[in-house]
Amino acid sequence: MFYREAGDFRTTYAEDQQTFPIKFDRYRYYLVLFIAICVVPFVINDYWANSLLLPFLIYAIAAIGLNILVGYCGQVSLGTGGFMAVGAYACYKLMTAMPDVSMFIHVLLAGAITAAVGVLFGLPSLRIKGFYLAVATLAAQFFLVWLFNRFPWFYNYSASGQINAPERDVFGIVITGPNAEAWATYAFCLIFTIFSAIVARNLTRGSVGRKWMAIRDMDIAAEIIGVNPLRAKLTAFAVSSFFIGVSGALFFAIYLGAVEVGEAFGITKSFLVLFMIIIGGLGSIFGSFAGAAFLVLLPVMLKVVGVDWLGWPTDIVAHLQLVIVGALIVLFLVAEPHGIAQLWRVAKEKLRLWPFPH
Amino acid sequence: MPEQLAYTIEVFLNGLMAGVLYALVALGFVLIYKASGIFNYAQGVMALFAAMTLVGIQNGQVPFAHLINAIFGTDVHKFGWTVHSFLAILLTVIVMIALAWAVQKFVFKHLVGQEPIILFMATIGLAYFLEGVADLMWGSELKALNVCAADGVCLPQGLNMWIDETTFNAFGYGFFIDNLDIVASIVAAILVIGLVMFAQYTKQGRAMRAVADDHQAALSVGVSLNFIWVLVWSLAGFVALVAGIMWGAKSGVQFSLSLIALKALPVLMLGGFTSIPGAIVGGLIIGVGEKLFEFLIGAPFLGGATENWFAYMLALLFLVFRPQGLFGEKIIERV
Repeated sequence: MFYREAGDFRTTYAEDQQTFPIKFDRYRYYLVLFIAICVVPFVINDYWANSLLLPFLIYAIAAIGLNILVGYCGQVSLGTGGFMAVGAYACYKLMTAMPDVSMFIHVLLAGAITAAVGVLFGLPSLRIKGFYLAVATLAAQFFLVWLFNRFPWFYNYSASGQINAPERDVFGIVITGPNAEAWATYAFCLIFTIFSAIVARNLTRGSVGRKWMAIRDMDIAAEIIGVNPLRAKLTAFAVSSFFIGVSGALFFAIYLGAVEVGEAFGITKSFLVLFMIIIGGLGSIFGSFAGAAFLVLLPVMLKVVGVDWLGWPTDIVAHLQLVIVGALIVLFLVAEPHGIAQLWRVAKEKLRLWPFPH
Repeated sequence: MPEQLAYTIEVFLNGLMAGVLYALVALGFVLIYKASGIFNYAQGVMALFAAMTLVGIQNGQVPFAHLINAIFGTDVHKFGWTVHSFLAILLTVIVMIALAWAVQKFVFKHLVGQEPIILFMATIGLAYFLEGVADLMWGSELKALNVCAADGVCLPQGLNMWIDETTFNAFGYGFFIDNLDIVASIVAAILVIGLVMFAQYTKQGRAMRAVADDHQAALSVGVSLNFIWVLVWSLAGFVALVAGIMWGAKSGVQFSLSLIALKALPVLMLGGFTSIPGAIVGGLIIGVGEKLFEFLIGAPFLGGATENWFAYMLALLFLVFRPQGLFGEKIIERV
C-alpha cells in the first residue's frame, strides 16, 4: 500500500539514479539515519555501547569490506583477522608516534596501510582461484599474526606484548582510553560506518563495482570483454582491505582499548566476519549490516536466555552457540544462499503488490 | 660425523614423522574431494569428534551429560564402566558412519550442483556445528587418549631406545625418534595401501572411482550416487578416526586437534587435491620443510615459531608457479 513506485515521478537524472529510488525506502533510510545520529547518542549507556552498538558498527565496516572482496569480486578470503590486525597495529604505531594528529587521520591512514598490505597478499589471486586462493589468504592470516607477535617494534617493546590505546581526543572530546564516554565512542564509530556504507554502495554500483561483478561471474569472459583482471582484482583487494583496516583500527582503539594479537585477531575472527556476510547476504551492503547485527546479537541473546533466565553454565551456552551458528550457516546456504538480504528483497517484492497480489 | 649435520638429520627425520601425520589428515580431504568435489574443511573437526567419541566411549561417559544436568537438574556423568579399546573403536566407527549418513542426508544432498565455494563454506558451517556437538556431548576439557589391545599392550610413547642406541654406536650421536611416530608411519602406510586396494579391486571401490570420473556417466550405468557419497564420507570419517587416535595419543584430545585440518590444507595444495600419493608426498615435504626451516632459519634469525605460517607461505609460492599442485590434474578452463 505504501511501498510502490506509482506516483513517484522522477524528473531529473540525479533523481533517477539515486540509491533509494522508492519514496518509502528513502524515508526509511532517513529515519534510520536520524535515529542513529540524533536519538541514540543521547540515550546510550556503557552497557549498550560496549555489548551491542560498538561491535555492530565496527563489524559492519569489516563485513562491508569483506563483502566487496567475496560478495562482489568473488575472491574468497580467510585473512580478515590478519588484515584487521594490520589496521590495529598501524593505528597504534601512528597514535604513539604522532600524538598530536587527529584520530580521524590515524584511522584513515591505518586503512591505507592495510590496503597496501592487502594488495600485496592479493597478488597471488591473479594466478589462483577459488579455495586455492582461500587457503593462500590463510598464509596472510598466520604470517601477520606471527609477525605482530614476534617483532617487539610493533608493540613498542612493551613487557606484556599487548598494545594499549593511549588517551586521545577529537575536538576536545575524549574518545579512546578508559575515560571515553559511551556516546563519544559511538559517534566516532558511527561516522566511519556511515562513510564506509556510502562509499561502498556507490563504488559497487559504478563502473568499478561492475567490473568486480563481471570478474566474479566469470573471469575469463570478463577478460575477453575488456575488463582488466589485474586492476579489478587488486582494486577489490585494496578497497576491501581499506575497510577491514579501518574496522581493525576502531576495534582496537575505540572498542577494546587493549589487544593481544593472537586472541583478538585470530582465525576465528576471519570466520566470524565471513559468517556475517554469508548469513547477511553475499553481494549486498544491507546484508553486511544485517549479518553483523545478527551475529553480534546472537551471543548476547543466548547469554540472556541461557545464563540469566535458565541458569545454565556459561560453557554449555558457548558450545550451544557454536552448534547454532554452524547449523544456521548450513541452513542459509541450503535454503537461502543470498542470506537475509534476499529475504528482505522478497519481502519488499511482496509489499509492492500487497494487498492485491494479482 | 659433525654435530650440526647430525642435528639436521634428526630434525629431518622428525619432520618426516610429522609429515606422515599431516598426510593422514590430508588423505581424508582427498577422498571426499575426488568423489564429490567437496573441499571438506570439517575434516579436522571430524578427527577431533572421532577422538572425543572414542575417549568418551572408552571411559563410559554419558553423552550430553552436561546438557542433561543443566536442563533436568540431575547429576549424571558416567555409566560406571569402561569399554575395551577394540569395541570402543568399533562403536566409534559406527558413530562416524551414522554421521556420514546424516551429513549426506541433511546437508549435501540439498547442495548438489552448487558452486564449489558454496560447498566449501557449508563445510565450514559443518565444522562449527560438529565442534559444538562434540563439546556438548563429551565436555571440552583436555582428555588423555590411549588405545590398548590388552593390559599393558598399548600405543607406545616416548623415545625409541633401539634407534637411540644404534645411531649412538654408529655416529656417536643418538637420534631422538618418538615410538608413536613410528607406529603412526606404519599405520599410515597400511591405510594408504588398504585404500588403494579398496579403490582398485572392490566393486564399491570401482564405483567410487567411476563417480569421481564423471557423476552423470556413473549414474547412467547404475551406480547409486547417494550410496557412494555416504561411503566416501564414512571412509573419510574412518581416516579421521585414525588421525584422531594418532594425534590424540601424541598431544591429548583437545580443541587444537581440529587445527591440524588447517595444516593439511597447504599439504593438499602442494600435492594436488585429487591425488592420494600427492597427499603423502605433500605431507612429507611440508613436515620436513617446516621443521628444517625452523631449525636452520626460523629459530636462529626470525625469533622462532615459524611453523605457524611456513607451510602456507610455501604453498602460496608454490601455487604461483604450478597452480594444480605436484600431482594434480592440469586445470583447463573454457568460457
